[in-house]
Amino acid sequence: MDAYVVVAAVVVTGILLVSAAGIARRLLAPRAATVAKQTTYESGVDPVGRNWAQTQIRYLTFAFLYVIFAVDAVYLFPWALVLQTAMGPATLVEIAIFVAVVLVGLVHGARRGLLRWL
Amino acid sequence: MTWVEIGIRAVGVLLAFLVLPLLVGQTEHKVMAHMQGRLGPMYAGGYHGWAQLVADGAKFVQKEDIVPAAADRRLFTLAPALALIPYLVALAAIPIHPGFAVANLPGGALFVLAATSVGILGTLVAGWASANKYALIGAMRAAAQLLAYELPMALAVASVTLAAGTLSLGGIVEAWRPWWLLWQLPGALVFLVAAVAELQRPPFDMPIADSEIVFGPYTEYTGLRFALFLLSEYGGIVLMSLLFAVLYLGGWRGPFADVAGWAWTLLKGFLIAVVMIWIRVSWPRLREDQLQRFAWLALIPLALAQLVLTAVVVVI
Repeated sequence: MDAYVVVAAVVVTGILLVSAAGIARRLLAPRAATVAKQTTYESGVDPVGRNWAQTQIRYLTFAFLYVIFAVDAVYLFPWALVLQTAMGPATLVEIAIFVAVVLVGLVHGARRGLLRWL
Repeated sequence: MTWVEIGIRAVGVLLAFLVLPLLVGQTEHKVMAHMQGRLGPMYAGGYHGWAQLVADGAKFVQKEDIVPAAADRRLFTLAPALALIPYLVALAAIPIHPGFAVANLPGGALFVLAATSVGILGTLVAGWASANKYALIGAMRAAAQLLAYELPMALAVASVTLAAGTLSLGGIVEAWRPWWLLWQLPGALVFLVAAVAELQRPPFDMPIADSEIVFGPYTEYTGLRFALFLLSEYGGIVLMSLLFAVLYLGGWRGPFADVAGWAWTLLKGFLIAVVMIWIRVSWPRLREDQLQRFAWLALIPLALAQLVLTAVVVVI
């Protein structure tokens, strides 16, 4: 339990560090705002277009795969605690089946061209 | 543990977090310069430019602080803190001496992974809040990169925890044996690549590719806020190097570990930091899709193979 109190204290220290940096900046940094300075930077030309633009997220399929495998990884950490007990060999077979099913999915996706950056 | 001791520990982590990244940064200046046949900083402080980064800090704090008119002001100012604090917190969980970590967490390995993945949010928030096209593209690349490195890293760490049978980082060091160097080698390589990708360091610095998108998510940042992002990058190098030393190189283990354990941890971590600098000097930048392909077709299969190898060896 103590360790978590220390973690909380470190979080507070981090917040203090950032606040102290903010105060130092406020005291030392000059302030002379002009419209040109506060314009969005676009390599020296006036910003093109307004704040609404279309973009294509090219890695949507990777994101889905990531979610699947991230859940998969979550199960591996508790497994680490039981592998060296008497349950070990049985859990090894179970996890092997589980990971194999997910892996077959990945191989299938790769073969059907899912792992391409479209 | 009394409140005084808790306070001392927290301040100790803070000091380490402020000093070690400067050491790594200065090493990078000098090592990179010598690898490229230059001298690097030579004037600040007199002796081989040792005070260069201190001078940089003094310069940053005096620079004008600009928040673009179009930016989301609250998120814009929050982002540097969001990038910085997770690395500081994760550093607290690293065991440095036999039986001693600032915060000796029973699930340390998981905690460090969780804390470092919060750090990437700082980059994403910075890119979104800047309301700048370069920044947004950079943030999108950072998000794509997150998908590529996060999983191999988690799998590589899971493999070490399997080998040790514990999630505690201190427990992993105690269980570590020299032959793990060979046994866990594929996982170690995967971890190193994933760590470099997480820190957005060359060759995986496409989110901040200066020749394409200026400085990506940090384009609109000036002065001390920008310095905080730099500090978080170098703090991240310190954290990842120490984590590598703890997971794969046996942390405090070495001759006279009872007395000099902390020195062994720092030395091994420093060695890995130099390797990361070396990688930066040696390779050109990859493209985002190349990293994605590399991650899914090389790193993840390799990490899974390591997992199988570890589990089978442990059970047998």
